Amino acid sequence: MSDTATVAPSVRKAGRWVFVSGIVLLCVWTLLPIYLLMVNALSTPEEVNGFPKSFIPSFDLSSLRFFLEFEGVLNALWNSIRVAVVTMILSIGFGAPAGYALSRFDFPGKEVFRFLVVMTRAFPLPLLALPLAVMFLRVGLDDSVLGLALVHTTLALPFAVLITYSLFSGIPFELEEAAFTLGCTRFQAFRKVVLPLAAPGIAASAVFAFVISWNEVFAAAVLTIKNRTLTAFLMQSLDWSPLHLKFAGAAALVLPALIFIFAVRKYLFAMWGIANR
Amino acid sequence: MPRYLPYLLLLPATVFLIIFFLYPFTQVAIESVTSNGEWSLANFQKATSHWKFGEAFKNTMLLAALVVPIQLVMSLTMATVVQKLQKGRSAILYIFAIPLGISDLAAGLIWLSIFEQSGFLNSMLVGLGLIEQPILYLSYQSPWIILFAIVLAEVWRATAIMMVIIVAGLGLIPREYGEAAEVFGATRWQRFYKVTLPMLRPSLQTALILRVILAFEVFAVVIALGGTQMPVLMSETFNWQFNLQDRGVAAAYAMVILAVSVLFTLIILRALHVPKEART
Amino acid sequence: MTSFKTFLGAVSGLALTFGAVSAQAEVLFWSTQAQPVEETQKMRDEVVAGFEPGVDYQAPETGPWLTRAQAELSAGSGAVGILGGLHGDLTAVRGGLSDLGDIDISAIPADLAAFGKLETDQQKYIPWMQATFLMVANKKALDYLPEGADLNALSYDQLIEWSRAMAEGEGSPKFGFPAGPKGLKHRFFQGFLLPSYSGSTVTEFRSAEAEEAWGKFRDLWQYTNPASTNYNFMQEQLVNDEVWLTFDHIARISEAFNSRPDDFVAFPVPSGPKGRGFMTVVAGMGVPETAPDKDEAKALIEYMLKPETQIATLRATNFYPVVAVDLPEDVPASVKASGPAIEAMTSAEDALPVLLPMGMGDLNGQFNQVYVDTFEQIVLAGRDIRPTLEQQAEALRALMNQAEAPCWLPDAPSQGACPVN
Repeated sequence: MSDTATVAPSVRKAGRWVFVSGIVLLCVWTLLPIYLLMVNALSTPEEVNGFPKSFIPSFDLSSLRFFLEFEGVLNALWNSIRVAVVTMILSIGFGAPAGYALSRFDFPGKEVFRFLVVMTRAFPLPLLALPLAVMFLRVGLDDSVLGLALVHTTLALPFAVLITYSLFSGIPFELEEAAFTLGCTRFQAFRKVVLPLAAPGIAASAVFAFVISWNEVFAAAVLTIKNRTLTAFLMQSLDWSPLHLKFAGAAALVLPALIFIFAVRKYLFAMWGIANR
Repeated sequence: MPRYLPYLLLLPATVFLIIFFLYPFTQVAIESVTSNGEWSLANFQKATSHWKFGEAFKNTMLLAALVVPIQLVMSLTMATVVQKLQKGRSAILYIFAIPLGISDLAAGLIWLSIFEQSGFLNSMLVGLGLIEQPILYLSYQSPWIILFAIVLAEVWRATAIMMVIIVAGLGLIPREYGEAAEVFGATRWQRFYKVTLPMLRPSLQTALILRVILAFEVFAVVIALGGTQMPVLMSETFNWQFNLQDRGVAAAYAMVILAVSVLFTLIILRALHVPKEART
Repeated sequence: MTSFKTFLGAVSGLALTFGAVSAQAEVLFWSTQAQPVEETQKMRDEVVAGFEPGVDYQAPETGPWLTRAQAELSAGSGAVGILGGLHGDLTAVRGGLSDLGDIDISAIPADLAAFGKLETDQQKYIPWMQATFLMVANKKALDYLPEGADLNALSYDQLIEWSRAMAEGEGSPKFGFPAGPKGLKHRFFQGFLLPSYSGSTVTEFRSAEAEEAWGKFRDLWQYTNPASTNYNFMQEQLVNDEVWLTFDHIARISEAFNSRPDDFVAFPVPSGPKGRGFMTVVAGMGVPETAPDKDEAKALIEYMLKPETQIATLRATNFYPVVAVDLPEDVPASVKASGPAIEAMTSAEDALPVLLPMGMGDLNGQFNQVYVDTFEQIVLAGRDIRPTLEQQAEALRALMNQAEAPCWLPDAPSQGACPVN
């Protein structure tokens, strides 16, 4: 990098120091609360309720084990994953074409559509749950993975549409036009030029969809009985449970989400390849 | 290219939202403007005349006004900082993105364990010998501390989503633009302000709209840290729907949330209008 | 490109693949009770496990509970076999509950069973279990007990004095009160404080005696931990020593006794000039009109009423039986502690039993809200007592007239809606 060439070395060094400590500070800010959650989850009930609290856990697994041995927890985990994956597929499948259309075309009704999309996130889901549940009970979608995934898709779709919209907007149309002049059809141009550029961002919005579904509790509690998701299974009774179980339950819920984000981090941030091209 | 292509692309999402959002939404909306089977604004009157409405409205706006700007600055900082990194970029990004996976219920729980009287903050201060007795932070007598705690928790929980959108947007800005500006002698700050920010407008718009709308629905964290002392629009919606069992009034509250969200979305769309030339 | 038609096709196809649940023999027990995970688990393993052909016991939050119940009733079909909940929960769905008149409930006291009619001429629900509220003190708090005060015959004045002494002696308030979003504060005002001073819940709402009661509570509040507006279940603050003295529902203090059996004492609520007001709450079981198999649901209700099931329920939830049973020796510490205290409270000379709000129907929640609003305005917002009571009395009168609910104990019987003097 040559941008600091005109700056005195001492200033540059100081700047470097500020930069590094800034990063460290931001990391601590993000990680410390998670660490404290884990400390509580790995402590004995006495330690969780005691004062002053230790910042180093005693690695007591009894609270966590309570949840791991809870009947049906694996089943719930599996349901959560299935619902989240279906949500991911549906929201990208419906959202990405809409995002592309919004970014590339001017047409009557465009603004109306964007509003409809935004509105879906601006209305409290718990009130929609009642008419939705009535509808699902009548149609036979009640207590099914797909039914819940459809509801979660309404939550995730606005994210998918808006994020893909801004992604496609950031990809110059000239690239596609260049492809047209080389004889590509619109679809070919999209597939060969736009998609590779946008793919990481699309993956990012898919991760959102997954996480939104993973953490949603109200609709899951209403619409699933046999097929409870992990969130409905753990989270809704936590408020009423003793403190040590609250933390263990929260940790049991957070861990899979962290593992998931870790597993897909490459896709989430692969866009750095573009920037460095 | 065929004129109907954009509509064809919008069709799946539209059909989906009509069935799974517009249909149930219409039912709730009708409920908000009917009372005993007749058209009436009685529900809105009942909602707005209750003494908690003003407070809930004020608190919701105040929280959004405090939280969103902080998040905007933080997410821009995080995103640009990450962009500058040579080594360890993906590890740092992963760490910054971690709160994405935390539900608001869990976040409320975590921050309560920090701020409660026998919590981690007091444990640390007592351990360091800075205070003798644990301090009571979340007291109804000190609403500003409660507000501060909620702002911290919300900033922690929901900045990652803005950051990821902005990171994705930054990644799409061609490097040449910044390099060209550099050739013309632009300082680092000028480059950020004159090149990066304008180019980032679509992503900023998206990030702000989503974040502002979700800020108006803030709920679980507020309940965990503020108890009954910090009513917000969403908690009052819950209260009317499930405790007071007046679905009409709850629906009216929901319509208020919707109206506020629509208003602010319009403002953001206008303020950060993406001009056509930015797309070509 | 996906079209509407193929989308619907995909939906039905996927629905088959993912297997929407078909009719099952298990009875779905959809309940607002035993929500803490450990209690839910005990309900499954130790209470309903003995019922053939099996029970699926689910304890969601009130929001999802109510939403699903309402959805099934308006869809006209559903999976729920039994709706379990507090009197107030079941009132909210009473239109959809079927008549359970053919279940033998002779073992349940008639006045208790009468609650289950929900002001209709049918048996809408069967009482399932009952509970009340008690005081709990950390043994460390007993050092501050005012001289001459008897734990079993405490007065509100002594409680205030006690809390003051403790706040001054310890440097911070040690009395805690469940005033959080899920705290049962309204019950304290309806069933304990106001009756003890005015002998009434509704009629004397704005009397001079009620004014005095609120004044006393405001006094007590000075020595109350200000974090109380975050307290929902006092067992948490008892266990972590934030609070040494408190009032709460017996199921919400059980964890304190079960985790530290030697550190706490339970005792009756205080008394005022008009007696020792206390309220008993009732949970019940109803069968929705949409239940997949009503006969099986009724059989489960009969099973739940057996003395041994009732004892198992007590162990799981800390709610007491609704039928006469002989308690075994090996009950949990919480039951050992609460049993004698309840006995002392109900058999006290000045005992003043208060009934749950009756006949309020859908307005139950708004009735409770009047008391919560009064508390928040007088005690938290510091408004003057008299004008606040005048204003809230208007709201209360409007509710009583709208519900046309006659008075219930301890208010004197009324013709028509219970008056607010």
